[in-house]
Amino acid sequence: MVDYPGVVKPPFRLSMLVYDRRYRSLTIQAVVFILVMLVAGWLVDNTLRNLAIMGKTFSFDFLFRRAGYDIPQQLIPYNSDDTHLRALVVGLLNTLQVSILGCISATVLGVVVGVLRLSSNWLIARLMTVYVEVFRNIPLLLWILVILAIFTEIMPPPNAYRGDNPQAGMLFFDLIAPTNRYTAIPTLGMTNPPGTIALGREGISWAFVAYAVAIIAALTIRYFVLRRAKRLQDETGRRPTTWWINLAILLVPLALLTWHFGLHLIAPVMRGFNFVGGINLSNSFVVLWLALTLYTGAFIAEIVRAGILSVSRGQSEAAAALGLRPGRTMSLVILPQALRVIIPPLISQYLNLTKNSSLAIAVGFMDLRGTLGGTTLNQTGREMECMVLLMGIYLLLSLLISGGMNIFNSRVKLKER
Amino acid sequence: MKKFAFFGTVAAMALAATGALAAEGDTLKEVKARGVLNCGVNTGLIGFAAPDANGNWSGFDIAYCKAVAAAVLGDPTKIKFVPTTGQTRFTALSSGEVDILARNSTWTFQRDTDLKLDFVGVNYYDGQGFMVRKDLGVSSAKELDGATVCIQTGTTTELNLADYFKANGMTYQPVNIDSNAEGEQQYMAKACDAYTTDASGLAATRASFADPENHIILPEIISKEPLGPAVRHGDNNWGDIARWTLFALIAAEEYGVTSANIDELAKSSTNPEVQRLLGTTDDLGKMIGLDAEWAKRAIKAGGNYGEIFAATIGEQTPIGLARGLNAQWTQGGLMYAMPFR
Amino acid sequence: MSDTHAQTVSFVRDSMLPPEPPPAAQAGAIRWLRENLFSGPLNILLTLVGFGVLWLVASTIWPWLSHSVWNAGSMAECRKIIAATWGPDASGACLALIKNRWNQFVFGFYPSALYWRPVLAFGMLFLALAPVLFSESRSASRRVMALAVVLTFVIAQILGAPGMALVLMALAMLAWVALIELRPGWALLASCLYPFVAVWLLWGGSLWSPAMALAGFVIGYLVWRALSRLGMLAFALAVLAAAVWWLLLSGWVAQALAAALPLRLQPVSSDQFGGFVLSITIGVSGIAMSLPLGVILALARRSDLPVVKMFAVMFIEFIRGVPLITLLFVASLLLNYFLPPGTNFDIILRVIIMVTLFASAYMAEVIRGGLAALPKGQYEAADALGLDYWKAQRLIILPQALKISIPGIVSTFIGMFKDTTLVVFVGLFDPLKAMADTIRASFEWKGAYWEPYIFVGSIFFILCFGMSRYSMYLERRLKRDHR
Repeated sequence: MVDYPGVVKPPFRLSMLVYDRRYRSLTIQAVVFILVMLVAGWLVDNTLRNLAIMGKTFSFDFLFRRAGYDIPQQLIPYNSDDTHLRALVVGLLNTLQVSILGCISATVLGVVVGVLRLSSNWLIARLMTVYVEVFRNIPLLLWILVILAIFTEIMPPPNAYRGDNPQAGMLFFDLIAPTNRYTAIPTLGMTNPPGTIALGREGISWAFVAYAVAIIAALTIRYFVLRRAKRLQDETGRRPTTWWINLAILLVPLALLTWHFGLHLIAPVMRGFNFVGGINLSNSFVVLWLALTLYTGAFIAEIVRAGILSVSRGQSEAAAALGLRPGRTMSLVILPQALRVIIPPLISQYLNLTKNSSLAIAVGFMDLRGTLGGTTLNQTGREMECMVLLMGIYLLLSLLISGGMNIFNSRVKLKER
Repeated sequence: MKKFAFFGTVAAMALAATGALAAEGDTLKEVKARGVLNCGVNTGLIGFAAPDANGNWSGFDIAYCKAVAAAVLGDPTKIKFVPTTGQTRFTALSSGEVDILARNSTWTFQRDTDLKLDFVGVNYYDGQGFMVRKDLGVSSAKELDGATVCIQTGTTTELNLADYFKANGMTYQPVNIDSNAEGEQQYMAKACDAYTTDASGLAATRASFADPENHIILPEIISKEPLGPAVRHGDNNWGDIARWTLFALIAAEEYGVTSANIDELAKSSTNPEVQRLLGTTDDLGKMIGLDAEWAKRAIKAGGNYGEIFAATIGEQTPIGLARGLNAQWTQGGLMYAMPFR
Repeated sequence: MSDTHAQTVSFVRDSMLPPEPPPAAQAGAIRWLRENLFSGPLNILLTLVGFGVLWLVASTIWPWLSHSVWNAGSMAECRKIIAATWGPDASGACLALIKNRWNQFVFGFYPSALYWRPVLAFGMLFLALAPVLFSESRSASRRVMALAVVLTFVIAQILGAPGMALVLMALAMLAWVALIELRPGWALLASCLYPFVAVWLLWGGSLWSPAMALAGFVIGYLVWRALSRLGMLAFALAVLAAAVWWLLLSGWVAQALAAALPLRLQPVSSDQFGGFVLSITIGVSGIAMSLPLGVILALARRSDLPVVKMFAVMFIEFIRGVPLITLLFVASLLLNYFLPPGTNFDIILRVIIMVTLFASAYMAEVIRGGLAALPKGQYEAADALGLDYWKAQRLIILPQALKISIPGIVSTFIGMFKDTTLVVFVGLFDPLKAMADTIRASFEWKGAYWEPYIFVGSIFFILCFGMSRYSMYLERRLKRDHR
């Protein structure tokens, strides 16, 4: 409020809290605040009383007790002697793993399908429409169950691959073997392993560090190369070709490292009852990942299609009139404008995918809900603590994703002007 | 704004329907006021608790619930069956959603103490076993090193399995499943080498296969699984009712009281124990807040323990379980009712 | 020019040639094929891949589907018939499962003599929605209503509704249609009554219980009207009056009325709900109740009162940040902790409460979008007319904002309807997993994996696809209106 000279401020009366617009908003807020706090207090009070009646306490001590159960899929070493806390972390990593992989593959699928839906090819456009509509209009749970059924009912059991004349053949140059228990995929091996950095029970191979350093260095150099190219373009009007420099900076060190460590693929082979040598991705993971990808991919396809359609035809025509090649039209004109429309709904699809990964329950994939909200909760009977923790972690994940994507979104937005 | 009305209606109806507010700690009064016994059962395990096409529940655990309802309310049909999953069962009990939990749950130390439950007895002595295909060529659980094992999450079997393989220095690959139906599906499709759960469940599952002769249940029983009904900790009177209803069923078998001859025995029996049980002489029911004929009604509801066993999971049924440990103590089993005195 | 050439031109065409048909490769089906399927190397490749995929899918599914058996009593019988008819190696669909058990997928364990009640409730839903959803076009509205009435009647007849019920049902629905046609203003009020009628039809029991719940709202409204010059205080008093009515008086008034005039339907308890009846009940009631909450939350989030806004943002972001499944577990495991000791709700009701909260957060975002899409001029016009906040919202802003939000609301509903299948994880009998598992657990139908999924999946697809097409149609109409 501004005090104007000569205007006498009326003396404050209590009724002004209700009738004066200046004070009323304060009153309303105070009332709302008090009401919300009262409700919250009521809920907390009820909870405490209920806990007291049942003789339960509220403490997170159980996290440090022995878990006692095994987890089929683990990214960090874990066995049944570890604590519930470690089981939680294993579950969280599993959730993250399936969410991140799912987001990537769903995006790729969604973009491809979204573009193909706009294709001039009648058949492909129709097929993609059918795919999108079928997957969007049937519950995800059904897709998970159907894909699980496909895997368990139709894929051959591992021993079908056995013998000189196996009933089932491996895919992709004998590298991948889908079975009804797991999908055997190749792993990486080194002939000259450089040793590992020990970090508690895990180890990080020096080779991994070397690759990471090489990639980061290449990206840094690329940045400078591009900056120089831009400067030259500004000065001379001619842009030097840089792609081969960039490619070489990236590929040559990687190739050297690969040669030095003797990095190669180790294909899974059938030995005894099961495949060994490679990585056996459990079906519960593969099924969940596939289902999430196909389901979310259908939604992303719609988003991408809408995004591309939202860029008016005049834009591409104008780009063509300026003499831009189709590729550059796409990357410089259409895409930046389409991204503006695509990214906000894409963020919510990523969030949905992450949350939907909790449907792991239907296939027995031990994600965060399966460990903390499942077996741990069940064995310890600490439903209050477990649920609070579970929801808190999911909330944090969601906030991180939407926060990160919003930063990306605002960077894309800057190009709008 | 007015659609908000709906919420009010539903809430009001629910309050009216469940007669919600009642003093905690007096389950008997609550059940009697409500006129309906809320019984927590399995979502579907054939032989123990499963709904048929019309939603009528039947099975071994169901029969016990009916007996309790008959004892307390005088009518074995006055039950609401609340299907609970492995995840939700104990909370359903401790939060008061169900009055009694008869969901083939194992009586363990932690559940009895830390989870604030009271197991009132054992209605089925079980143990965890393994089922494998015959063509796997395995005859002992000790040969299962490296095997893929299907296992239901949220059960004690999960812990037993981990302990057993660890103790024997073997490894295994668990395939976690969510329900018995899913376990069967995975096992049938050879997605796992072995399926592990309570031996009774294995027998039931095997019985339902088209080719039961191609599957064997391995001789090792790796754990004790005393399954029994549970009530909330702290309401001892209600616990007594649940416990002695179970004993009444067991005792009835011991003394030859069946649903067929019960009326006659009530009049003519000279066995003092039977007379006390059926309320012809002493009024034992009064001591637990019921009338004299409570046990008579409970036994009449579905027969004595032996009759229930035979009708739901016995050798004449498709489940085909032998009495084994669950025979009367007089027959070399563990079923032993405390004296009615 | 013409002078010099006049003598040299020996032939001048004085009539037009008839147009030639285009070359064979440029006409008809071939042209269409060339343009749409084989216009370039990439397209040819894509087309071939497309046909390959189609062939793969068709050749996998068709033999199975064509060897289907409709009349059998069990899976074993089914397999025997298939082996006898199409040879021992043939695999076929055992659609007899669906023929025998379809009612469980649709109605759960609802007593079969009372199937007409959910059918009627569902049919009436369309009448209740007609004034809201189909107001755009008179003819569409009439078609929907006619279809709803006829289908409801026919289906109820087939499912064996007693004659008396059929007559009453026809009368009630026709009267409602007449009301919508003749007194559109009152029709909206009838729509508001619908939830109470539907609850009564689904759960049965005494008519007076829902009627008394409704009376609470009437009392609240009357108090508010009578004291409306007190402003906000009147609202608080109205809420108080309604609360007093519900908590203290309505119970015994309902009992007294029921004793005087027993209007009862056979009660159906919640544990008999299952299948699509359960899904639709949860979905529709969740959306219906989340609408007012969503409006309040959306207004709060756009409010310029920081405290109110903060609470709204916290609530919305919290709900949107956690998976529905955890909220369902809260409904099943924790909700009883939050209520006074001894309170005990039905699990279905608890699920509906959590689903409502869940949907209200999404609804708030949809409505917020609608509010933001309104031209600023509308807000300024309302201010210029001197309307206070609530009047402006009620008379100018919300009617328009809600109208443009309808497509969003419909998609929220589709999403939620699909999500109702998750209730299986708290022990309710959803049509997809729980019902399929239950049926599969019986000896007759062990080993039937695909048939239930196909049946339930198709119903979901038809319902959801229909709704999404409708919302797209609505969106197109609304867009046209705004230009």
